[in-house]
Amino acid sequence: MMELLSNLALGLSVAVSLQNLAYSLLGALLGTLIGVLPGLGPLATIAMLLPTVYALDATPALIMLAGIYYGAQYGGSTTAILINVPGEASSVITAIDGYAMARKGRAGPALAAAGLGSFFAGTVATLVIAAFAPILTEMAFKFGPAEYFSLMVLGLIGAVVLASGSLIKAIGMILLGLLLGQVNTDVISGVARYSFDIPELTDGIGFVVIAMGIFGFSEIVSNLGRPAEHREVFTKDVKGLWPTKQDFKEAWPSVLRGTAIGSILGVLPGGGALLSSFAAYTLEKKLVKNPSVPFGQGAIQGVAGPESANNAGAQTSFIPMLTLGIPSNAVMALMIGAMTIKGIQPGPQVMTNNPELFWGLIASMWIGNLMLVVLNLPLIGIWIKLLTVPYRFLFPAIMVFCGIGLFTLNNSTFDVFVAAGFTALGYLFYKLNCEAAPLLLGFILGPMMEENLRRALLLSRGDWTTFATRPLSGALLFAALLLLVVVALPAIRSKREVAFKEDA
Amino acid sequence: MNIKNQQDFWSGVLYILVGLGFAWGATNYSFGSSARPGPAYFPFGLGLLLAVMGAITLVSSLVTGQKGDGEIGDIAWRPLLIMVGSVVLFGFALPWLGMAIALPLLVLTSALAGDEFHIGEVLLNAAILTVGSWVVFIYGLNLVIPVWPTFIR
Repeated sequence: MMELLSNLALGLSVAVSLQNLAYSLLGALLGTLIGVLPGLGPLATIAMLLPTVYALDATPALIMLAGIYYGAQYGGSTTAILINVPGEASSVITAIDGYAMARKGRAGPALAAAGLGSFFAGTVATLVIAAFAPILTEMAFKFGPAEYFSLMVLGLIGAVVLASGSLIKAIGMILLGLLLGQVNTDVISGVARYSFDIPELTDGIGFVVIAMGIFGFSEIVSNLGRPAEHREVFTKDVKGLWPTKQDFKEAWPSVLRGTAIGSILGVLPGGGALLSSFAAYTLEKKLVKNPSVPFGQGAIQGVAGPESANNAGAQTSFIPMLTLGIPSNAVMALMIGAMTIKGIQPGPQVMTNNPELFWGLIASMWIGNLMLVVLNLPLIGIWIKLLTVPYRFLFPAIMVFCGIGLFTLNNSTFDVFVAAGFTALGYLFYKLNCEAAPLLLGFILGPMMEENLRRALLLSRGDWTTFATRPLSGALLFAALLLLVVVALPAIRSKREVAFKEDA
Repeated sequence: MNIKNQQDFWSGVLYILVGLGFAWGATNYSFGSSARPGPAYFPFGLGLLLAVMGAITLVSSLVTGQKGDGEIGDIAWRPLLIMVGSVVLFGFALPWLGMAIALPLLVLTSALAGDEFHIGEVLLNAAILTVGSWVVFIYGLNLVIPVWPTFIR
C-alpha cells in the first residue's frame, strides 16, 4: 500500500511537469476532437501522429498518445448522443439510449451521465492499473514462450468475440492477419518470406500502412458509397446540463457496474473499450428490472453503464501492454511502436528500467480524465459546432494527414503504394462483411506468436503438449477454449447477434 | 449451384485461395520438424487452417440461410477508383513535385469522389491543409519531406 502511494506520488510528480501537462492537454483535446468527428478514430489519428514521436521525449509522447485514446471515448459519446452517429465504435451502444434521451430534450443529462460516469471510471481504472500492474509484472517474469503463445491465442479469441457476424469468418480474418504478418524475414533462420524479391517487403509490411489503408482510406470509400444520411442535430436542446436527483439515483449503480466490467474486460488481451461497452449494456438490460424509462427509449442507465465501461476498458487495456509487452488492441500496438521508436523495449522490465515513464503515464491518465471532464461538459458548445462541419471537408483532411504519415514512416513512397492496395482490399472486406479489426490484431501478434511457438517447441523438443501441461499456459488455453465455446453456444450466439444488430 | 449467402460464398473463396496460396508459397522454405521448426512451419499450418475456414464458410453459404442473405450490393466504383488513384498519384507526385503541389493535388483529386464538389471550397480546403501541414510537419516537427518541386529546389 505504501509502495503504491509512493509510486503514484512519483508518477504525479512526473505528470504535473509543465511539459507533460501540456502534452496531456493536447492529447485530451485531440482525442475529444477526433472522438466527436465521425469517421476518424483514435487508431488512424495515432498512426498519423506517430512521426511526431521522433521529435518528443518518450514520456510526453506516450502521455499524449494515451490521452488521444481515452479522450476519444469522451468525444465519441457526444456525437452518439446528439446525432445518433457513433463518433467512435465504442460509443455505438451509447447512441441507442443517449439519442433517445436527446430527442426527449434530455441531451444535457445524457451528456453529463456519460461525462461524469467516464470520469469516475477513469479514476478507478487508474488505481486498478497502479495496483495490478506491479503484480502482473512479477508474474510476467515467470512467463516462458509457451505462456506468451497461449496468452496471445486467448487475446485473438477475445478479438473474435468482438467481431460481429460469423464466428468462422472472424477466425478467418485473424488467420489472414497472421499470414500477412508472415511477409518478413524469418527471425530465426534469416530467410526472406513472401517478399517476391521486393527489398522493401523483406522488412515486412508496416502495420500503420495496413491500418491507414483499411481504417483510413477504405473507410472513406465506404462512407462515400453510402447515400448521404439525414442528420438531426439536437444542439439547441443542450441547456440543463445538470442531471436531476432522480437521474443520479438511477445512474450511479450503473456507473459502478460499468466501471467494474470495463476494468476487467479491458485487461483481457483482445478486449478494450469496444467489448466493455457491449458487455455493460447487456448487463444493465439484465439487471435493471424496472427502469423508469424502458431501455431503447432513453434510459439513463443505458448511457451511464456503457460509457463508464468503455472508458475503464480503454484505460485498463494498457495493463497487458505495459506489463507483458503484448498489445491487446491495435491502438496499444501503436503505443508499443512509439516506445520502440524511442528505444524502449516494451515488457516487464519497463517498470523497473523506466519508472518515471511507467508511473508518469499512469498518473497522467487521471489528470487527463480530469481535463476531459472540463473539456467536455462546460465546453460542450464548441464541440457541438464541430458536428456541423460537412464530411466533404473532413475526408480530404484525413487523406492529407495519412498521406504525409505514410511517407514519413520510412521516408519512401513504397508505403504509400502499399496503402493504396490495402484501400481496395479493405473495401472488399467491407463488401464481404468481413470484420477488419481481428485481421489487424492477428497481423500485429503474428510474428511474436510464431517466435514464441517455435521457441516453445524447441524447448519441449517438438512436444505440442507443452502448451497444455505447463499450468499457466494450460489455464490460458483453457480460458480461450471456454470463451470460444461460450460464443459458439446457440443461445448466446443469438443474443450476441441481437446485441450487435441493435446498433446496425 | 444455389448460393444463398453471396458475402459468405465469396469470403470462403477468398480464404481458400489466400490460404492455399500461402501454404503453397511456404513449400519454398524449409519446413523443419516439430522439434526444430523451420521458416515454413508456421505459415504452412496457418494457410491450411485458413483454407479450412474458407471451406466451412463456403459450404455453409450454400446450405444454410435463405436466398438473398448477405447481398453484396452495388460497388461504389467511383469513390473507390478515385481514392486509390489519388493515393497512387500522391505517391508519384510527392518526391518530384513536393508538398507544395502534391498535397493540393491530393485534396483536389480525392474531393472528386464526394457527392458535392464546389471548386471554391475545395481550393480553400487545399490551401488551408497544405499550409497547415507545412506548419505542423515541417516547421513544428522538422520532418524531412520534400516541400518544393525538384526543378525549383
